Amino acid sequence: MRRRRTECNRPGPGPRYSRVMSVLTVTGQGLYCPAGDFHIDPWAPVDRALITHGHADHARPGHRRYLATDTAAPVMRHRLGAIALDTIRYAETRRIGAASVSFHPAGHVPGSAQIRVEHKGEVWVVSGDYKPEPDGLSDPFEPVPCHTFISECTFGLPVFRWRPQAQVMAEIRDWWAENAARGRASLLGAYALGKAQRLLVGLGDGAGPGPILTHGAIEATCRVMRAQGIALPDTVPVTPETDPRAHPGALVLAPPSALGSAWARRFGQASTGLASGWMALRGVRRRRAADRGFVLSDHADWDGLNAAIRATGAERVLVTHGYTGPFRRWLAEQGYDAGIVATAWEGETTEGDAE
Amino acid sequence: MNRFAALYTALDRTTRTNAKVEALAAYLAEAPEPDRLWTVALLSGRRPRRAVTAARLREWAAERAGLPLWLFEDCYPVVGDLAETIALVLPPPGQDSDLSLSARMADILAMAAMDEPARKTAILDAWDSLGGTERFLYTKLLTGGFRVGVSQTLMTRALARATGQDEAELAHRLMGDWTPATTSWRALIEAPDPAAALSRPYPFYLAYQIEGPPEALGAPVDWIAEYKWDGIRGQLIARGGTHFLWSRGEDLITDRFPELAVARDFLPAGTVLDGEILAWKDGRPLPFAVLQTRIGRKTVSKRLLAEAPAAFVAYDLLEDGGADLRSRPLAERRARLEQIIAGVPPGGPLRLSPVLPFDDWQDLARTRGAARMAEAEGVMLKRADAPYLAGRRKGDWWKWKLDPLTVDAVMIYAQAGHGRRATLYTDFTFAVWDGEALVPVTKAYSGLTDAEFGEITAWVRRNTLQRFGPVRQVAPELVFEIAFEGIRASPRHKSGLALRFPRMARWRRDKPAAEANTLDDLKALLEAPDPDAGPEGQPGA
Repeated sequence: MRRRRTECNRPGPGPRYSRVMSVLTVTGQGLYCPAGDFHIDPWAPVDRALITHGHADHARPGHRRYLATDTAAPVMRHRLGAIALDTIRYAETRRIGAASVSFHPAGHVPGSAQIRVEHKGEVWVVSGDYKPEPDGLSDPFEPVPCHTFISECTFGLPVFRWRPQAQVMAEIRDWWAENAARGRASLLGAYALGKAQRLLVGLGDGAGPGPILTHGAIEATCRVMRAQGIALPDTVPVTPETDPRAHPGALVLAPPSALGSAWARRFGQASTGLASGWMALRGVRRRRAADRGFVLSDHADWDGLNAAIRATGAERVLVTHGYTGPFRRWLAEQGYDAGIVATAWEGETTEGDAE
Repeated sequence: MNRFAALYTALDRTTRTNAKVEALAAYLAEAPEPDRLWTVALLSGRRPRRAVTAARLREWAAERAGLPLWLFEDCYPVVGDLAETIALVLPPPGQDSDLSLSARMADILAMAAMDEPARKTAILDAWDSLGGTERFLYTKLLTGGFRVGVSQTLMTRALARATGQDEAELAHRLMGDWTPATTSWRALIEAPDPAAALSRPYPFYLAYQIEGPPEALGAPVDWIAEYKWDGIRGQLIARGGTHFLWSRGEDLITDRFPELAVARDFLPAGTVLDGEILAWKDGRPLPFAVLQTRIGRKTVSKRLLAEAPAAFVAYDLLEDGGADLRSRPLAERRARLEQIIAGVPPGGPLRLSPVLPFDDWQDLARTRGAARMAEAEGVMLKRADAPYLAGRRKGDWWKWKLDPLTVDAVMIYAQAGHGRRATLYTDFTFAVWDGEALVPVTKAYSGLTDAEFGEITAWVRRNTLQRFGPVRQVAPELVFEIAFEGIRASPRHKSGLALRFPRMARWRRDKPAAEANTLDDLKALLEAPDPDAGPEGQPGA
């Protein structure tokens, strides 16, 4: 068993890091590829940024040039405005400087990608955020063979184990039906990009007790996705004129921060729910003070992380954002050359709307 | 155990008192009698003793889950609860079972007589037959740490609703050291109990904090002032040759303060006193921390009785000779109270809370300023001609508490909270300047909003200098105003000082760390304990 620990746990340029991390290294701006002179999901402005997906901690404003998948591009333009954005299809190989890069489905949200970087025969893959379970909306996650895998580990502890999506959706349906029977709306908090559409696809087959209403932030993202050809069930956007009584039995999708806000008050005695991986913890469930917590995440759970890492065949695994300390040690004990990369990516937060 | 788990889930999901009482009442009306009895026992704090140590449970759970122990230990602070951590890491159950709560409890009690291998087999088998909430609850019951957000008062209310019996009478029935093994539902709840009516207390009258200057209350002559004691509000009842002690939570706590049995000998039959339970020695109250050692003890050792003797300090008389006095003016009730206490041997555990004489409001302000010297929290003002009302009412009773002492201190360590706050950094250590060095003076973990804790948590993650297990040493940059009720010299603390009831009054975003207070500022408080209680004399202002 190898127990060597890779020393690259502090951001900042320097020979110490570039010696150990050959294809990619960490600079003050982000994960950097010296051979291709580009960054991946940088957190400070750079010349050329390769973006795994459109969530705010990965796709930031201020870069000179962007590259993302064609499926991720419309939402990025919607969120970041007029940016110089080049697109790439999944599995298409492109030469950048001395490196060749390709994007592969990460199953996190529509258009989300793992980025594969090859230089002089050495292959590194940056996972971005990913989830192995197909969600019926995003292109399903595909393992990409590599030498070094940089993996997120937002839920990298064995207390996080998701039940199959169909079971969670059934639980949400029961809650929705019970509320409808009691004459109250169901107010469900979910991220505007990805989770909301996933719920829409899972629940919007018309079999529910009423229509699905959407908060403006969610409807805007739905509109962008529909325009690019992603099929989403019908929704009723909530506007200042919306009369909740005209939509009995409604399920209302809103960003988590809208729950308990003035916006939500129009629905009166609604039952509130939150759909997030953190709802697996009773403490978080209680703190968020929603009536119900549904354990549904767009990130890999413990078993998902381990299986995905195994499937890459990588010898070296660098873990980032999440429970990096214990997860690195666990991987090292499983025989991987495991290290930590400190990044500014956040994954799924227990608070508010950061994605 | 499914029915009990469903009850637990319903109670856990809501913070609304009524919904809790409703769910519990429905359960107590429908569940089989042995399960009801166990539920009442558990919700009144009659948990069986821990069947197995937490260390063994951790080992067995990690082993069963195929995890190294260190990884299990790393999960625990994230979840914030041992039983929940175990329930989450174990693989899904392999068997189906719906043993009742009482059957599970019988199994747990039987474990006491087992050797360790048998105990382990029994526990692993139970884990394998329970899923989700059931597994979590079973493990909670194993550790003796079962708790649910239902006070004994709420439970008694639900029981009253389910059985149609009077609440106070049920509270009396639930007293004492019964267990489900020594009684039955019928004997405990349904059989006639003539003593119950004797124990019935009156609802407490509660005061509001005074809002403006006391001058607004009018003429000082219309008011009676007393110390505001820092103890447990209580009602001492002597009726029918026996006595009862109720706390303000309307819990019957007679057994916890055996020294007050003198009430039987010296109070006339049909007497009800309102007052404060305090730890009391050598003619003066002891700090609340001493009284705390008595709270929650169902049996009191001789040693504890000697170290933390309790007294009942009376300030009102609600019943005299069996007659309800509450509609009489306070001055009249008080005069009669003084006669009754005059008949009690002096220096004993039954005492009178003295009236504080004052000629004008300035005079009383000075008395209030010195209240800390008397181990009091401030003064109470009660209108002399007012009746004794029920509940919290404005107008006749006011508390005029001392302002807390404050100090501006720098956060130097942060640790995640437990339970509800397990993913937030909420437990902080604070330091003040001693020359160029920061000396830790206190910990605090309350006083901020969840939003502020969220913001600080993000900051802690970015500004960690070093980790020591779950504790993070952070950059000494954030300044907080720490409020506290008292300060005392303490050789056990590095700073030589101990603060009483410290909490974060506010986050001083406007203050750089260099402007936090010094150890000398704090030591000055020690010597001159806050004569005017105004904000001017305080270092934090």
